[in-house]
Amino acid sequence: MEWLDPLVLSRWQFGLTTVYHYLFVPLTIGMATASALFQTAWVRTGKVQYLHLTRFFGKIFLINFAMGVVTGIVQEFQFGMNWSDYSRFVGDVFGAPLAFEGLLAFFFEATFIGLWIFGWDKLPQKLHLATIWCVSLGSILSAYFIIAANSFMQNPVGYEYNPVTERAELVDIGALLTNPVALAAFPHTIFGAFMFAAGVIISVSAWHLSRGQHIDTLRPALKFGLWAMLVCAAGVALTGDQLGLAMYATQPMKMAAAEATFNTVCGKDAAFSLFTLGTPDGKTELFSIRVPYLLSVLSNHSLDGCVHGINDLNAEYAERYGEATGLTEFTPVLWVTYWAFRWMIGLGMLHAFIALAGLWVTRRGAKKQPAPWMWKAAIWSFPLALGANIVGWVFTEMGRQPWIVFSLMTTQDGVSPGVSGLEVLISLIAFTAIYAALAVVEVRLIVRAAQKGPDTAEHPDHSTSQVPSVVY
Amino acid sequence: MDLATLWFWIVAFFFVGYFVLDGFDFGVGMTLPFLGRDDVSRRQVINTIGPVWDLNETWVIVAGAVLFASFPEWYASLFSGFYLPLLVILLALILRGVSFEYRHQREDAAWRRRFDRMIVIGSAVPALLWGVAFGNIVQGVALDASHVFVGGLLSLLNPYALLVGVATLLLFFLHGACFVALKADGRVRQDARMLVRVAAVPTILVAGVSVAWTVGIAAGRSAPLFAGVVGTGALAALLLLAAVMLSARSRDGWAFAAGAASVLSVVVMLFAALFPYVLPSTLADANSLTIANASSTPYTLQIMTWTAVIAMPLILAYQAWTYWVFRKRVTRASIEAAPVH
Ligand code: HDD
Ligand code: HEM
Ligand code: HEM
Repeated sequence: MEWLDPLVLSRWQFGLTTVYHYLFVPLTIGMATASALFQTAWVRTGKVQYLHLTRFFGKIFLINFAMGVVTGIVQEFQFGMNWSDYSRFVGDVFGAPLAFEGLLAFFFEATFIGLWIFGWDKLPQKLHLATIWCVSLGSILSAYFIIAANSFMQNPVGYEYNPVTERAELVDIGALLTNPVALAAFPHTIFGAFMFAAGVIISVSAWHLSRGQHIDTLRPALKFGLWAMLVCAAGVALTGDQLGLAMYATQPMKMAAAEATFNTVCGKDAAFSLFTLGTPDGKTELFSIRVPYLLSVLSNHSLDGCVHGINDLNAEYAERYGEATGLTEFTPVLWVTYWAFRWMIGLGMLHAFIALAGLWVTRRGAKKQPAPWMWKAAIWSFPLALGANIVGWVFTEMGRQPWIVFSLMTTQDGVSPGVSGLEVLISLIAFTAIYAALAVVEVRLIVRAAQKGPDTAEHPDHSTSQVPSVVY
Repeated sequence: MDLATLWFWIVAFFFVGYFVLDGFDFGVGMTLPFLGRDDVSRRQVINTIGPVWDLNETWVIVAGAVLFASFPEWYASLFSGFYLPLLVILLALILRGVSFEYRHQREDAAWRRRFDRMIVIGSAVPALLWGVAFGNIVQGVALDASHVFVGGLLSLLNPYALLVGVATLLLFFLHGACFVALKADGRVRQDARMLVRVAAVPTILVAGVSVAWTVGIAAGRSAPLFAGVVGTGALAALLLLAAVMLSARSRDGWAFAAGAASVLSVVVMLFAALFPYVLPSTLADANSLTIANASSTPYTLQIMTWTAVIAMPLILAYQAWTYWVFRKRVTRASIEAAPVH
């Protein structure tokens, strides 16, 4: 039965659970750092509004954090549960960064977050500040290791294929950890995560400010969020450019698929399409706005370079890998890659534009208060950066198809042979149901905490500068 | 000792860490219906593990990752073979984890009751199923020639594995009750001691039978570490007795330590009974996964060894420090004084 195909169901499940996990990850990475910055400002200046900001955004961060942890465990287990042949094949290589992540990052993060939440009145002020920096560092380190693991799937390096054991074996850990794709993807992902946190700070602050509440506390937060958004948008664009180069060098098919370029094009013809309408099969173009040369610039950093087209690449791959994989099509689903790539850039840049406008209307010398619709725009902008993060990953992962490890193993060869379609269907339904229910609770709690606003009654103890800890 | 054997014991070390630490978290969760007479005492119970449950749970994540990296074949066969039990464990861990965080977000009694229930279920289910899983690992499962599990779900629910499951459930329950007695005060503390006494007899019985059965399995396959299996098994039983007796004398700290040592001995016993296999096949010995045929390459193991040598002392140090920071008793008065969110 087609719909009980374990491969199709496993792909849906992995995609669903990973996207879900990644709804929480950017906010964790970004808010840990933002909380650390606010708390540093408090410890440095002694201004109590920074304490209020720390506690306020820290609370949103914590509600979010628990979900990141519990959904992350699912991700790790799924490699063995649903992709056991993949795990057998790459475990010797891919397992190492995961183990590093656990040993060097997760323990660190999980321990210090407990100390931070419950240590407000148990640790000296400076030591307590150090704990949140440790959380921030841990979350960034964990992102690095997981991206190093993921980058092996995009661009396998540092391994040798062993025909006796029939698996990829690690021969150069240095190469694995300095994979050019990882080095470009890591800062790009971190900037993307920071963008979302900045977006949440902007939205939440705007909600209160537009109602005239908490002006002294949240106006600095709004400014901080707006500036952070701009800086990170620049960061995302610069690193995204590097990532594009690395991607084109390692997976030219993904660049072709991002652009839906069928034939190899050079120079002026290597145009970047901003918007294209085509027939539903994606084969014929009806209407398109294009920027000449831009695609060549993105792929090669030169005006007169060439960009390989899907047809040429497919023919090349079919000849090279056709026999070993039994496949004739090596093209990802084009409408997904094409639109995901555009939405990532578009949503991110739109948010940056909103931030720029926000800085203008709230500038010091501004004569008028921002209009209500401006506040509305700021409040409702928060999904933009999260959306950009998600579609960025969808592009990365679906653009890699049909490979699970590019050029080494196809996705269909990676799936667990012993797991039946029914089992995967059960787990898919179970995860969908529980994730959906938790999403409702989670969103309500975060909205409630955000709308409640900072607790400005809170004041540190004079002698110790300590405030009460959270108690469950 | 070659590197692969070393890593077999390092994997064991991480599971020891996980079961000793998250073991009492599970136990604390399971005692909630017995100790939580009112909301304050329920909060008191939950707050005994408040700052540490997350880092305790991280042990399973690291154990899993370490297993993946050092024995990819084992990880692949085990996790795909135990698909549905692991799914249930994951769902339970999700419910438990979010419940700690969500429960205190609202005053509403119905809201809190719902999450209390989820904490109990989310603690009891993994406590049972981890035991069932380890019982099956030790006993062996139906692996075909390419190490794929072909036994079907029902074959996992065999008497020995279920018995080990009940044993871990009870053992963690007792371990958790000892922890509450150590960390709480007043009524909750008294009740927790009482609970240790009530749980003592069934726990000792079931644990005793599982130890004996495990020794039998080890004897049946003439396990090279047979003496070790017998030794750790006996030690586990003695320590369990000691924990109960110490608790009866109100020596809560020592009782908890003895209980922890008992969990440790049980896990070491299971790994000793397994050695040198990692997942025996009940179909043909040639299909079995062993330390030798399931491990990663020496190069990978070497890198991991260096990482572990550097990281482990640090991890143990900062985790021990955390327990030190939160060493103070969770008193009823402190809970009553704490602001509710
Ligand atoms: C706020 C989020 C955000 C924004 C505004 C952008 N990106 Fe991005 N992008 C991501 C968030 C992201 C991501 C979610 O972090 C991804 C997914 C995987 C990865 O490494 O980063 C990603 C992937 C990704 C890839 C795929 C890499 C691969 O598959 O190997 C490329 C080429 C770019 N990005 C390039 C860009 C460019 C040129 C941007 C515009 C200036 C841009 N991104 C904006
Ligand atoms: C960095 C760590 C990551 C690793 C190691 C990883 C690995 C994988 C693996 C093994 C698959 C299964 C193969 C398949 O279904 O095609 C997959 C697919 C997928 N992943 Fe990732 N992934 C990572 C991050 C992410 C993130 C953060 C997202 C999104 C937010 C994501 C989205 C997806 C989607 C949508 C699929 C399904 C693609 C398809 O089946 O066509 N991944 N990934
Ligand atoms: C499929 C791939 C992935 C796997 C197997 C995975 C695994 C995990 C696990 C086991 C946890 C819980 C750890 C804890 O208890 O603290 C977790 C949380 C986390 N993950 Fe993922 N993850 C994946 C994708 C990603 C990606 C792509 C990123 C970042 C770019 C990321 C970043 C984080 C961070 C920062 C945390 C800790 C914060 C939090 O819990 O939200 N993960 N992940």
